[in-house]
Amino acid sequence: MKSLAELQALRDSMKGKIGVRDDAEGNTRVVIGMATCGIAAGARPVLAAFTEEVSKRNLQNVTIAQTGCIGICQYEPVVEVFEPGKEKVTYVKMTPEMAVKVVNEHLVNGNIVTEYTIGAKTK
Amino acid sequence: MYRSHVLVCGGTGCTSSGSERIIAALEHEIQENGLTEEIKVIKTGCFGLCALGPIMIVYPEGAFYSMVKPEDIPEIVSEHLLKGRIVTRLLYQETVQEDTVKSLNHTQFYAKQKRVALKNCGVIDPENINEYIGLNGYMALGKVLTEMTPEQVIQTIKDSGLRGRGGGGFPTGTKWSFAAAQPAGQKYVCCNADEGDPGAFMDRSVLEGDPHVVLEAMAIAGYAIGANQGYIYVRAEYPIAVKRLEIAIGQARENGLLGKDILGTGFDFDIELRLGAGAFVCGEETALMTSIEGRRGEPRPRPPFPAVKGLFERPTVLNNVETYANIPQIILNGADWFASMGTEKSKGTKVFALGGKINNTGLVEVPMGTTLREIVEEIGGGIPNGKKFKAAQTGGPSGGCIPASLIDIPVDYDNLISIGSMMGSGGLIVMDEDTCMVDIAKFFLEFTVDESCGKCTPCRIGTKRLLEILDKITKGKGTLEDLDKMEELCYHIKANSLCGLGQSAPNPVLSTLKYFRDEYVAHIVDKKCPAGVCKALLNFTIDPEKCRGCTLCARACPADAISGSVKQPHVIDPAKCLKCGACMEKCKFGAIYKK
Repeated sequence: MKSLAELQALRDSMKGKIGVRDDAEGNTRVVIGMATCGIAAGARPVLAAFTEEVSKRNLQNVTIAQTGCIGICQYEPVVEVFEPGKEKVTYVKMTPEMAVKVVNEHLVNGNIVTEYTIGAKTK
Repeated sequence: MYRSHVLVCGGTGCTSSGSERIIAALEHEIQENGLTEEIKVIKTGCFGLCALGPIMIVYPEGAFYSMVKPEDIPEIVSEHLLKGRIVTRLLYQETVQEDTVKSLNHTQFYAKQKRVALKNCGVIDPENINEYIGLNGYMALGKVLTEMTPEQVIQTIKDSGLRGRGGGGFPTGTKWSFAAAQPAGQKYVCCNADEGDPGAFMDRSVLEGDPHVVLEAMAIAGYAIGANQGYIYVRAEYPIAVKRLEIAIGQARENGLLGKDILGTGFDFDIELRLGAGAFVCGEETALMTSIEGRRGEPRPRPPFPAVKGLFERPTVLNNVETYANIPQIILNGADWFASMGTEKSKGTKVFALGGKINNTGLVEVPMGTTLREIVEEIGGGIPNGKKFKAAQTGGPSGGCIPASLIDIPVDYDNLISIGSMMGSGGLIVMDEDTCMVDIAKFFLEFTVDESCGKCTPCRIGTKRLLEILDKITKGKGTLEDLDKMEELCYHIKANSLCGLGQSAPNPVLSTLKYFRDEYVAHIVDKKCPAGVCKALLNFTIDPEKCRGCTLCARACPADAISGSVKQPHVIDPAKCLKCGACMEKCKFGAIYKK
């Protein structure tokens, strides 16, 4: 490293990589159902797509986590998005392509992708 | 990007309880489950809760698993890492909650702690410089080199009120200003990592968990006083710390953060390691520098102080590991931030190594002025087996005992000195009612007698004579005049010894004499050891009322000192009894007493 600017650039690129170790309670949490039903329905690639897209867009304050079965196995893979101070949004029958769209529309721009939500699918 | 980070403690405490095997099992299971692209395993430094090792924490959930065994790993990987179901059974019990885990920061052990020197310990991979940089590492060095003059750096450290964490408590900024005031020329920056107090492991934990912070701070000190060479004097008995320091120095050099023309500013600074062979006296500054020079580690009279004539007779700044660990954050957050923590004359935080009769053995960092009661009862989790707190020993062989009556004293440099102890480097050994204070004084004296370098007479002969009197008392052969003689001898040793080792060696005796004189008197007059420790004064007896004649004790006795026939009360022959206590452990009826 030959300058402070280079050092700062390295720091900023590292921040996203170790940010997961923050006990940040104000983070947006994306929770993917990873029980047997979820995995069987293809939750693993969905999880991977979320991780990859969030990292590609260098989103801070987003935590990706898994959870067990929430009881609506016919709608798996289920993804829940918890934003602090807002109502939970539940996406169902997710695919990796849909995951990318949720990251871009919902997490980046703040627009819920209504057609993927459980409300839309059960109508 | 990894969606989950698994942090496993790789400090000395957890390594000895088997964390290497945990890491191997984790990596194997993660591969078996095809999770290598998603889960990252990081070996960190000490988390602090050494009593519960091996420790493992899984992010983003922050699930804190304690006392993990290799056979638990398949379950953790398949349940938690794959399916997201936290294995509650293996969590640190205090963090278990209904639907989620309680953050570690809200547990009793961590809630009252304030982590400054230990900020990165247990958070980053100490063998990866990028993780340190990701948490603002080397930013303080960058700021100092590009925005501040050496005078401003020294003024900031002075304003922060930082005092040496190695024991003496000398203001760090003032020390730096003395070395800076010397004419330009070859100067040195040294780091004292020769942590020798029995029971102290703060410096080791910083070096193992966050080695770069020391390198960065030394470079800052070098810039402030005009030095371009640093030495870290670290004990050879700390192999993990030495290895991580070597890796850290190598990575810092590769990244141009040590060496020539750092960050393109024209400032040169490099650091070398020197391994100490474990002599306690080499923790004394002049002896340490003599040892770095390649000579026998013996102290020399001061003045001249090291800031004027130190290593190789050149101006030298020597600070302890924990002192350095505070520097980068003072530079980044400002002197006022640091000075806002602590008491009037002791600013910031202090790391303590909690040991002895306490539930949460481990490493804690609290603001100066936290009371001993908070440290022992709240953070430390109290005394095991419902026993009573009797005293805490601070400062190791140079310090003294704080009795239970003073448990509400706010712990800072000046308060501890005023009650006849000292901060020392931060070892804090807790004692309960089963600890004999005369025996403790004897233990520390044995240590100083062994470790006295022998250069000056008061220390070499004085401590030996002191130990002889103590030994006499624990054998029940002391007289009351011995107590006065001891006291007089203590003051002589303190006043006349050459270095800090001798000057502080009598402290354990003086402070126990002051607060626990009745125990000394009991040994001398009643020929009894109230705590039941000093063997020569103990007598084992069998209560004939309670004894059922089961013969277990007689079979356990290695000296055949117990006689009696089946179903008849047994008797111990005091002439043959070795006072080993084996019979007492075996007796199921509580019929054997020691008095």
